[in-house]
Amino acid sequence: MPQLINSKGFYGDFGGAWIPEMLHANIEELARAYAGILETDGFKKDFSNLLRDYAGRPTPLFYARRLSGHTGAKIYLKREDLCHTGSHKLNNVAGQILLARRMNKKHIIAETGAGQHGVATATVCALMDLPCTVFMGEKDVARQEPNVMRMKMLGAKVITVTSGTRTLKDATNEAIRHWINNPSDTHYLIGSTIGPHPYPDLVARLQSVISEEIKQQLRQKENRDFPDYLLACVGGGSNAAGTFYHYIDDARVKLVGAEAAGEGTGTGKTAATIATGSPGIIHGCRTLLMQDSDGQITGAHSISAGLDYPGIGPLHAHLHKTGRATYLAITDKEAMQAAHLLTRLEGIIPALESAHALAALEKLDFKNSDIVIVNLSGRGDKDMESYMESMAHRE
Amino acid sequence: MNTLTRLFEKKKQNLLSIYFTAGYPETDSTIKIINSLQAAGIDFLEVGFPFSDPLADGPVIQQTSQQAIKNGMNLELLLDQLKSAGSSVTLPLILMGYLNPVLQTGMEAFCRKAKESGISGVILPDLPPEEYEADYKELFKMHDLHMIFLVTPETSQARIRKIDALGSGFIYAVSSSSTTGRQDTFTSAQTGYLKRLQSMNLQNPVMTGFGIHNRNTLQTVWENSSGAIIGTAYLNALIKCRDEKQAIKLLMDRLGIEKPMNL
Repeated sequence: MPQLINSKGFYGDFGGAWIPEMLHANIEELARAYAGILETDGFKKDFSNLLRDYAGRPTPLFYARRLSGHTGAKIYLKREDLCHTGSHKLNNVAGQILLARRMNKKHIIAETGAGQHGVATATVCALMDLPCTVFMGEKDVARQEPNVMRMKMLGAKVITVTSGTRTLKDATNEAIRHWINNPSDTHYLIGSTIGPHPYPDLVARLQSVISEEIKQQLRQKENRDFPDYLLACVGGGSNAAGTFYHYIDDARVKLVGAEAAGEGTGTGKTAATIATGSPGIIHGCRTLLMQDSDGQITGAHSISAGLDYPGIGPLHAHLHKTGRATYLAITDKEAMQAAHLLTRLEGIIPALESAHALAALEKLDFKNSDIVIVNLSGRGDKDMESYMESMAHRE
Repeated sequence: MNTLTRLFEKKKQNLLSIYFTAGYPETDSTIKIINSLQAAGIDFLEVGFPFSDPLADGPVIQQTSQQAIKNGMNLELLLDQLKSAGSSVTLPLILMGYLNPVLQTGMEAFCRKAKESGISGVILPDLPPEEYEADYKELFKMHDLHMIFLVTPETSQARIRKIDALGSGFIYAVSSSSTTGRQDTFTSAQTGYLKRLQSMNLQNPVMTGFGIHNRNTLQTVWENSSGAIIGTAYLNALIKCRDEKQAIKLLMDRLGIEKPMNL
């Protein structure tokens, strides 16, 4: 597996572990343990069995014929939406819970925005008989009720977070505080490539199964193991990290991330961190983030709760700074249009998050022969309320 | 000479320090609060500059920080307020807050302005000792500012030694692994941890914070370290009284300190 970080957990200028001393022992324990455990044969075997038999991997690489005709390139969809629980989130959760068990942790805590990571965590905790607590902002609890109910049905305790912006940012703060208060037998299961080292690297490695499968599947379908373009949406950046992972050193492949512009990058109602952010520290990590001139972290805005985060994983800040990847800002409206287009052309209702990656197709100049892979990170069931509202407007 | 250094040379025991959030309850409360705490005989203060995401703090400091940000408090304004107070403030002041606002000011400008405003030392809980040593140590020395590090019950002996060698002023011993601790007495594990720190003969004095809010916890801390740092219990008194003089009276009463000077 390619090594993307240095020994201190930095991707170039970004990353590291900027944490209060109260977290030092926990983070150091995890940082010492994770890489070794992930490389053991026992872990690899358990992880791949769980992904195959429980998550339903490998997920298909689907040639989207009509979308290809519409776009003028050969478009494949990596169907992470067909993973158990409806998104790529399960890959990371399965891996981290196997890791936590090997580290003798007895409780799992997690943060969630849209609820997809919370549901995935509650699911694997039910499977493994581990108590699970999920922190979720009050605003997200209100707008993602079905996922709250799923978590509860799965036996998780959902804690409504009322501090700060009452969204993912503050749910993450609250999960970290809980970990400070319960340091010894709890594993904090971060859902994206954010947070202090080793989390960004840990999550990227566990999600790298996406690009590993793409290589094999392309070889069968196209007789070559690399595409011309890889597209993925970016909030914290875990599905994009997994999609890019095995191609980061392959200059033949253009990497494109789609971040959520909200109402537009100039409107102040945005979650486009690369377009509007600056370097700073959020949740223990040096990266790009949205902040005011005093260094206060500002609230994000996106129609998609899963991208509604004012920071971005340090890997993506690095890929942006070095020019290795391109990040496009997609508005709520563009994402909504792309979701409807995919639904009508291919019979697939995507998650609003993934719709941002689809909308990026409209912004790139392809040759007809280009092979383009869009990571369809999740399915759209959870977004039906937003879709229903947009249909009412259209009619 | 750095006023904090001078304080610890004169006084080795039963020190009492208070943390407050600058900009709470009002933008211009800062100097009034400092004056009232100085009059009450508090030994030194941690002046908290607010941050939107105070990871290591409990609900009270979160709420006061949020209000302070709403009131328009920021690092620059705070340093201006402290500078304009001038020589009327004689007790040592420590700045305490998170790294991100400091980075937006720039560490060099921050150190220079802090020194100009009469600051003795700085606590930045999310600046790891390793990063401080690599990037900022010389800057703090140059400006005669103490960098104060935290240790917790989970911190290993080797790491405590390293922190003792790297930091100066004092060591901030976090009494428990809790951001909100509200027990009436310290557990034997907590007391044992403070005794262990004492027996290490560290070069820096140890000040204990987190969870000190009554006579019992204060006495335990005084018996087992150089002094106590009180944050949440003071802010709770301030929230209740809405008046800085009444607040410190109430706190002193709860701590069982009978005759606050000059009150």
